[in-house]
Amino acid sequence: MRYNEKELQALSRQPAEMAAELVVKRRLVKLVVNFLFYFRTDEAEPVGALLLEHCRITQEEPSGFSISFLEDPERKYHFECCSEEQCQEWMGALRRASYEFMRRSLIFYRNELQKMTGKDPLEQFGISGEARFQLSGLKA
Amino acid sequence: MTQVPRPHRPRRAAMKLNERSLAFYATCDTPADNEGFLYKKGGRHAAYHRRWFVLRGNMLFYFEDAASREPVGVIILEGCTVELVEAAEEFAFAVRFAGARARTYVLAAESQAAMEGWVKALSRASFDYLRLVVRELERQLEAVRSGGAAPPRRPRALPPKENGCAVWSAEPAAATAPAPAGATPGSQPGPEPPPLPPRRRASAPNGPLDSASFAQLHEWYGQEVRALRSQWLKSQAQPEGGGEA
Repeated sequence: MRYNEKELQALSRQPAEMAAELVVKRRLVKLVVNFLFYFRTDEAEPVGALLLEHCRITQEEPSGFSISFLEDPERKYHFECCSEEQCQEWMGALRRASYEFMRRSLIFYRNELQKMTGKDPLEQFGISGEARFQLSGLKA
Repeated sequence: MTQVPRPHRPRRAAMKLNERSLAFYATCDTPADNEGFLYKKGGRHAAYHRRWFVLRGNMLFYFEDAASREPVGVIILEGCTVELVEAAEEFAFAVRFAGARARTYVLAAESQAAMEGWVKALSRASFDYLRLVVRELERQLEAVRSGGAAPPRRPRALPPKENGCAVWSAEPAAATAPAPAGATPGSQPGPEPPPLPPRRRASAPNGPLDSASFAQLHEWYGQEVRALRSQWLKSQAQPEGGGEA
């Protein structure tokens, strides 16, 4: 599949939500929007990137976790952290990192605010009509 | 732009990407944020190819046709700006990225309405933009939950319309609404003044605050104004009711 690699590389240089050295193969790992970039520790360009949509984050032993994807649950990307605390922090961040999670949050907050204030908070942004933010977008 | 110095290495393979996950995201059965046929220019001097485009999140996928199971490619939209362009092709617009040797994707829709729909959808597609909105709503909810002591901070106050109605909405205003007594002197019931573009924060929707140049913001607002103006002009050509009951 073709993709705009230069822009993805440029994205990997943007401010990270989180960045740390996580082990097995001693990679520098950087979370930017819904991408997890991984670098060799002495290189400026990422070895690769994982799009974090429809993924599952699972704890593995005391201080590690794995990422697997809905379409291929057997294939796991393993990460070893230096502490249980770091592990929990990363697992939380990665679970919140998807666009779909952000979309659901928006719908949730919008609904809550509408119930509490009687007003649609998206009107001020001029996006209240967009289909992608309707309540019906929330699946059970 | 200064690069981090790196040890000399032989030219490395292209960045790995979990393409199966991307393809899955492209074709999963939740409704797309926008989809339709667009013409895509192959390169600077190349022909246009008609492709089926699917916008989902901050990814713009394109397929050979609407029935294809696997995308031909994807444009990752983070950090882009969307603009109208002068092109031989009608209803053309461009998805532009910053940076040296950055690619510009020239696309063309099949109607004015489709073009406007795509420009709107693509310029608000970034993760960054969504995150801004979510954080603002989070903040507002927090303010309301803690007793609403301070009113929520508005990005900017919406200016009132001439007939005293405060809110601009996406729906065309009813032309038959009478002006309330004491409204702007000399105003008459009839066609509404052109709607104002929606107010936004100073930050551009597709990039970090400090990277939006004035030219970008100007162009971005300008395209909104142009689009709204042409909508309004069209509605003037077919008056709705014009004062009749």
